[in-house]
Amino acid sequence: MKIELKKIAHARSGDKGPNSNVGLLFRHPEVYNWARKIITSTVVKSHFGSVVKGDVRRYEMDNLWALNFILGDSLGGGGSESLLNDAQGKTHGQALLLMEVDFPENLEVFINE
Amino acid sequence: MSNVIRIANGQGFWGDSIDAPVNLINDGPIDYLTLDYLAEVTLSIMQRQKLKHPEAGYARDFVDLIDRVLPDLVSKNVKVISNAGGVNPEACRDALLKIAKAKGINIKIGIIKGDNIYDELDNFTANGVDFKNLESGEDFDSIKDEVYSANVYIDSFCIARALDEGAQIVLAGRVSDPGLALGPAIHEFGWKSNEIDLIAAGTLAGHITECGAQCTGGNYTRWNEVEDLANIGYPIIEMYENGEFIITKHDGTGGLVNRQTVSEQILYEMGDPSHYISPDVCVDFTSFDLVDLGENRVKLSNIKGLEATPTYKVSISYFAGYKASGQLTISGPDALKKAELVAALIWKRLENAGCIYEDKSTEFLGISSCHGDINSIPKQINEVVLRLGVKDNDKDKVNRFGKEIAPVITNGPPGVTGFAGGRPKAQEIVAYWPTLIPKNLIKTDVDVN
Repeated sequence: MKIELKKIAHARSGDKGPNSNVGLLFRHPEVYNWARKIITSTVVKSHFGSVVKGDVRRYEMDNLWALNFILGDSLGGGGSESLLNDAQGKTHGQALLLMEVDFPENLEVFINE
Repeated sequence: MSNVIRIANGQGFWGDSIDAPVNLINDGPIDYLTLDYLAEVTLSIMQRQKLKHPEAGYARDFVDLIDRVLPDLVSKNVKVISNAGGVNPEACRDALLKIAKAKGINIKIGIIKGDNIYDELDNFTANGVDFKNLESGEDFDSIKDEVYSANVYIDSFCIARALDEGAQIVLAGRVSDPGLALGPAIHEFGWKSNEIDLIAAGTLAGHITECGAQCTGGNYTRWNEVEDLANIGYPIIEMYENGEFIITKHDGTGGLVNRQTVSEQILYEMGDPSHYISPDVCVDFTSFDLVDLGENRVKLSNIKGLEATPTYKVSISYFAGYKASGQLTISGPDALKKAELVAALIWKRLENAGCIYEDKSTEFLGISSCHGDINSIPKQINEVVLRLGVKDNDKDKVNRFGKEIAPVITNGPPGVTGFAGGRPKAQEIVAYWPTLIPKNLIKTDVDVN
């Protein structure tokens, strides 16, 4: 079924110079193991559209059941140079939680868990 | 597990809750209170304050705080570690000693020196340090004449040294944020720089708590599951001699500490998690175990470190032109269409006046300012806030922008309001230049009164 990531994940974001990072965290290892195959840097780059001008890099953290995404050139320069309302990418985590995914039936028990 | 110390953080940034540190002291036992006042460009503000007034250049809020809590600090023997010294820890100490004297209290205050290299930049460049931008690779020459401040993120052993010498308050400038928590652990347990797993553990603990309540239920995805946010408890590390530690908060406070609140914060401002570089060590954030013990207690163990790098990070700030931003609220039928028209009018009029900017921004708050076009736009919008911004080296041109906002209230479409606070004025842009310096060129020093 199609669901938004907010039903299965947590996210927190902040700035790294001109880039932002979004940590995407899962509550169950089964969901994390599915996510690391599906939620690639390409999928995330495409979700963010015009927000992310640069590349997206992805890191895996098996111990936390988490993926870390670096969104390249996503802050209009970053820090005090940026003219943007969200110059530090504080809200980018919330944006990723709105991404729609095809969630497998065998994991549906974890939705909103 | 043997010895344990309780290290709290009551300030995640300059501007954080002024009551949080007071509550940490009063609501339960702690041994150390860490307080972070320095963001990347804060030091540039302090450096300029010091140029105007030689006795300025540190976080005044910190002095106000100590004025409130000093008798309790002394009676409970809580030690305070802070970077509030900014670019003038000596003057900050003088201000604190004056308060102590007025209260009839004797107190030992240690200051950390050696991070501020503003006056030595020419020396270093003459001796071959290139200060190339760590992110963009740009040459330092391009900004050399515009530098406002230059500070090295120095190691945490100097904090431990000040504590070894009996300081109750340690005042640093630019030490690493996690170092504020690592320093006390080094002091208490005698950890050595080559015990890299222990140094990594202290650094991870400091990373988790450095943003205050962001690990105890603040900024948490499941915000509706957090109880009593109004009385949110700030974080406490229970650090053991073997490097295992527990993240918790005082009993009876609001907020939440669980696997997810702590994990979210571990991910905050994270780059490559297998190489988290601090002045003291390189931490592997994919290495450790995290166990939720329940009752607002989360345990971390088996943290692995890698050898520290041969360089310190340097935070340089510099003047990078001017910017201004202004906003208007547009309401009623076709609010978004009218807002788009208002933006177009203002840009056209500025262009007519000969103002073309190096950079400008048009944002629709309530629609797309944070997430671009990720969300679809609702059919019925009651109101939208238009936010415009410009950036340029020409201050006059930036100020000219500020004069073009208010007129559209009467000479644009209807339903436009929300112009308060006068014309937006040009503000200096203080930009951040991250770079590196070989560790052997930096001499740190500790001075306890």
